[in-house]
Amino acid sequence: MTPEETIAELVRELPAPPAGWIEAAKQLPTVRRELDTLIERIERDERFRELVVADLEATLRAEGVEPTPLVVAHLRRRIAP
Amino acid sequence: MDAASDAELVARCRAGDPAAWETLVDRYANYVHAIVARVYRLEAHDAEDAFQDVFMRVFERLDTLRDDDALRPWIAQTARNCAVDALRRSGREVPVDEVPDRPDEGLARLDEAMTVHAALDRLSPQCHEILDRFFCRDESYRTIGSELELPAGTIASRIARCLTRLRDVLEPGRKVQAATSGEKVEERR
Repeated sequence: MTPEETIAELVRELPAPPAGWIEAAKQLPTVRRELDTLIERIERDERFRELVVADLEATLRAEGVEPTPLVVAHLRRRIAP
Repeated sequence: MDAASDAELVARCRAGDPAAWETLVDRYANYVHAIVARVYRLEAHDAEDAFQDVFMRVFERLDTLRDDDALRPWIAQTARNCAVDALRRSGREVPVDEVPDRPDEGLARLDEAMTVHAALDRLSPQCHEILDRFFCRDESYRTIGSELELPAGTIASRIARCLTRLRDVLEPGRKVQAATSGEKVEERR
């Protein structure tokens, strides 16, 4: 194997993930800010908290936040008693 | 491509620079993907969750990184933890031949690959793009030719030329040695 072939093999070792994964990761700071806003609201608005506890995914959708597994898990951790 | 060092990127991310975060994601996306999907062999759905989990943890815990130059090993460790968590969460029986018996070996190889990928960032944007499209995105000559408006027949020679340039970046003393020993060295355009 020539040095260039070895280098090519190493470049190939790191295939790109789907573009959507990368875009979602880039949006994490924005998502995180949205979640922080939601958490503040949950803490000061008892009615909103009840809605979240009753159906987290639907409440997120209604607030314009995509309830991805990561977002849901993160929010559940943050609002756990 | 942003040629900032990892330490510079970390500092800019801590200061809330969104472009720095995007560069960090671009720089490490393939590496994290390879760890969760190839070393730990997570299925696509679990790999995606683990991938996002890695970047969420990195974003949230950037302040806890003690040595800003140690970003790569820190991300590798975070990716390992997230992959193991994803395996546990999935609750599936993992066949013996799917268990990564030597994750350290796999990671060492990926580390070498990351060094080569870092060198890619020092090539011209044209070379970076053609190598990335061919080797990382597995695009055909025809697709590359059509996207970059190049005759498909020239793609192979461009790839070869860019690989030679990448080798020059990785072995900076080579051209001088080759010239003094009489070895033919391709001229840079």
